[in-house]
Amino acid sequence: MVNGLFQGRDIGIKVSDLNLWYSTNHALKQISIDVPKNQVTSLIGPSGCGKSTFIRCLNRMNDLIRSCRVEGDVVVDGTNIYDPDIDVVELRKKVGMVFQKPNPFPMSIAENITYGPKIHGIKNKNELNRIVEESLKSSALWDEVSDRLDKSALDLSGGQQQRLCIARTLAVNPEIILFDEPCSALDPISTAKIEELIMNLKKDYTIVIVTHNMQQAARISDYTAYFLHGKIMEYGDTEQIFENPRVKSTEDYITGRFG
Amino acid sequence: MRMSFKRWHKEKMIESTLFAVATATVLILILIFLFLFRDGLGLFDTYSFSTFITGQAWHPTSYNPQYGLVPLFLGSLLVTFGAICISVPLGITSAIYISEIADPRVSEVLKPFVEILAGIPSVVYGFFGLVVLAPYIQLWLDLPTGQVALTGSIMLSIMALPTIISIAEDAISSIPSSLKEGSLAMGATRWQTIYKVVLPASLSGISAAVILGIGRAIGETMTVMMVTGNAAVIPGMPEGIIESVRTMTATIALEMGEVSMGSEHYHALFAVGSVLFLTTFILNLIADRIKNRYKFKLEGS
Repeated sequence: MVNGLFQGRDIGIKVSDLNLWYSTNHALKQISIDVPKNQVTSLIGPSGCGKSTFIRCLNRMNDLIRSCRVEGDVVVDGTNIYDPDIDVVELRKKVGMVFQKPNPFPMSIAENITYGPKIHGIKNKNELNRIVEESLKSSALWDEVSDRLDKSALDLSGGQQQRLCIARTLAVNPEIILFDEPCSALDPISTAKIEELIMNLKKDYTIVIVTHNMQQAARISDYTAYFLHGKIMEYGDTEQIFENPRVKSTEDYITGRFG
Repeated sequence: MRMSFKRWHKEKMIESTLFAVATATVLILILIFLFLFRDGLGLFDTYSFSTFITGQAWHPTSYNPQYGLVPLFLGSLLVTFGAICISVPLGITSAIYISEIADPRVSEVLKPFVEILAGIPSVVYGFFGLVVLAPYIQLWLDLPTGQVALTGSIMLSIMALPTIISIAEDAISSIPSSLKEGSLAMGATRWQTIYKVVLPASLSGISAAVILGIGRAIGETMTVMMVTGNAAVIPGMPEGIIESVRTMTATIALEMGEVSMGSEHYHALFAVGSVLFLTTFILNLIADRIKNRYKFKLEGS
């Protein structure tokens, strides 16, 4: 890691020597990376390079895949989340995730938001209403849906659904939000809204985003990691990665010579 | 670039053959419907419709024959209701286990067993009920006979299980994994995810499974005839569950061989058959409606 890269910023996630296998396929090799707090860190790289697999390690979503085996440390708030006695529920409360395809629950807009708080034990109606309003405002959706909170979330447009999924994640009050290609199913206008939203969210949250869109990485992220064949080839300041890459394959990828 | 006449001809041939086969199914259904109702309606030339529908006694062979549907209908209803009370919780729990909880290797073993359950001939179920379950129930509940509604309900519940399990399992597995991931990613446990997201989202499919299970149970003949004692009396509620009852299906099966064709009794049995047909037909229609609504719900409008 380049010394002084973060200029004294706090580290939100500290990954060291992370290895991951799907059965015998060694999908992530010796990943070590520090993700700074309250910044946007983007993960780029060609399809199959392991960036989505990596981001799913950060809230242990890979636990759902039976053949998957993980070794190494991922430290969030001073605890290694791969410790055997870690509570995955607590972890996922702290590390929220927004997926590639909007996946609102087949419930009303308000119920989508209150789902998380309710399962974490909040019952007070006023409190829940406050969370709904606050989360929708933070995700820039309030003005569009405040008059139809009890309508089905599935009747929203794709972009609105994705912002609802972001609001739903915010409602649980996480520290870190992982975005796994959040705009890949959206039109340019919706994409612009989500990007603006992500840049606003970094005030309060640590953000990691996987993206296929390099302009997007350049526009919204502070730091960028370039993945290839399950390894991090280069990690640094976004500006430096895009303007002055130190590694040949990074340069080839961002200039569009492959990938 | 015109298609050759020969090929055009061949394609048309294939198309019309397939069309004929497909329409044959519908045609057969319509024919059954027509014949059943024609013979059923024949009863009302000599017997009053309202006496048939509301009649409390089924005495087809007495000096003054009575064809009252009520005891048979209630018999069917009671046995089916009992069966549903047992098979719905069991079936839905199994479906949840197979599709959501079990290791895929375990599911692969369980699923064929469920299907085998559907393939066992009903007379085998009846035989089992008669020689194993009925004596046990007689002993256990200290009854004069073990051939009671409850025995029929238990046997029918086993027979309805495959229908309920496989359709409910389809409904549950069709819930996209992205929904489950969304729930888990917010810190929901696997149980909370099943209970609060998966089940509500597949509720219509599960309801369809239940209704088709009811249809399966209400139409079953051989097993119930063998184990329920076939006493055509209006069952008491709720003690009727441990008394002998007679269902609509058993009545038709028992008496059809005895009647002379075209007699009043013959028409009465067809009238009972029509009621049975209408009941299952309506149940299937409802199940279909619910299933469609459920697709609609998952995809939005």
